[in-house]
Amino acid sequence: MAERERRGTPPFGGVFVARSEVMSADEMQRALWRMAHEIVERNHGTAEVVLIGLQTGGVPIAARLADALEKIESVRPHAGSLDVAFHRDDIGLRPVLPEEPTDIRSDLTGKTVVLVDDVLFTGRTVRAALDALQDFGRPRAVQLAVIVDRGHRELPIRADFVGKNLPTRRDEAVNVTENGVELGEVTK
Amino acid sequence: MSIPEASIARADRHLLQIEDLGRDGIEEVLRTATSFHEVNQRAIPKVPALRGKTVAMLFYENSTRTRVSFETAAKRLSADTMSIAVSASSVAKGESLRDTAQTIEAMGIDAVVVRHSSAGAPHLISKWLDASVINAGDGRHAHPTQALLDCFTVQQRLGPLDGKRIAIVGDIKHSRVARSNVAAFTALGAEVTLVAPRTLMPVAAHSWNAEVSHDIDAVLPKMDVVYLLRIQQERMSEALLPSLREYTLMFGLTTERLAKMADHTLVMHPGPMNRGVEIAGHIPELDRSVMVQQVQNGVSVRMAVLYLLLGSGVDLGAGSVPASTAPDENATAEVAP
Repeated sequence: MAERERRGTPPFGGVFVARSEVMSADEMQRALWRMAHEIVERNHGTAEVVLIGLQTGGVPIAARLADALEKIESVRPHAGSLDVAFHRDDIGLRPVLPEEPTDIRSDLTGKTVVLVDDVLFTGRTVRAALDALQDFGRPRAVQLAVIVDRGHRELPIRADFVGKNLPTRRDEAVNVTENGVELGEVTK
Repeated sequence: MSIPEASIARADRHLLQIEDLGRDGIEEVLRTATSFHEVNQRAIPKVPALRGKTVAMLFYENSTRTRVSFETAAKRLSADTMSIAVSASSVAKGESLRDTAQTIEAMGIDAVVVRHSSAGAPHLISKWLDASVINAGDGRHAHPTQALLDCFTVQQRLGPLDGKRIAIVGDIKHSRVARSNVAAFTALGAEVTLVAPRTLMPVAAHSWNAEVSHDIDAVLPKMDVVYLLRIQQERMSEALLPSLREYTLMFGLTTERLAKMADHTLVMHPGPMNRGVEIAGHIPELDRSVMVQQVQNGVSVRMAVLYLLLGSGVDLGAGSVPASTAPDENATAEVAP
């Protein structure tokens, strides 16, 4: 999620307080290995695969998936990043500021794009990402990889590669870091 | 998830002068412009961020480059644009500033980009309208988007402006660009030196936050940026300069003066240039001359200004920007859709 905007903005501004650990660092790494193998299996290798991490939570995950794919296939797939801020459907409804600039250096026409994010929730970020991708060519296929699918979809979107399905309440928060995944609340 | 309306209340929805932004506001514009700079490199340089918004260009003074830059910026944000050519409109028939502005607003526009020969005209309009007002140059007062794009260009080439030494050379007296640029450069921590003949230096220049010099040869070798202003031909009739040739000899950026500058020193100019007057004919083609980048960055910076005022939902005023809050180490939590 957009860190800067959330940080300074009530009602979402606040501090994340963890209630329980959902995945340890080791479990998260094993999930990443499995997802990497699934990506190879589904696409018969990684020759045409491009990983695109969504700013900002998806970018380190995409880099770790690229590491895993490099070890499996001996070739590192291209990993880029995408900031969907200007394509969001809630501009004007809540503060939306860009994060880091998008970094996609190649034409995506004919490639298989794997969008990578930390948490799949309403699906609105992914919708914005699908919209933004159109400006970079016409991919042969777009797939979605997430560490945590927490449910509560508001759009007809599903993930192709999931680290963990996690039932949550809407008012809970999921925190994905390099140390694992935590479930908790955001307090003011 | 429902979001309370109060969370998008905006205190400052106009851009009238640099002084209203403060350092935080300027840095927010530059940061946002970095993202739009990337958008402008794409094969399809357009995002849907301001779909359904309408931006009107109200230009009481001729300007091709600023108007086209704003129009391009608005269109790349998917906003609709209207351009009001004043000479062809009711203004020529005697309509007042207020009536013109209110007529435009009655058409349901979200922002007005105003250029006017009188200082303060955009400020007046902003008091009358609900729409955002963006100052695109008013008299000798201010030209804030020019200053912002110049800051962006310097930062792009030389890094943060803190401690950078910048000389502004030329007709300071009649220049709104000089006023806005001194405000913006110094807000970001740069040291500004104004260089001009006494007749083209404002009487109150010593009260500006800048050094004042009349000796360009003493100043140039110490600078990181040399910012040249256009010498307007019409000033000759006011007897402020003996001749253009004398100005070139005393204050122009000639080949000889260029040779005495540091290798990294940038040469900037807001355009339009008078080659052979304030700048020798071949200098704009050098790698250190960034006039083309200034024009390119103008679109990115104006996209950032339009987006921050019309779309982002954050205040652009000094000290009210979320980015200035303390970092939160747990900030990567998934909270909102």
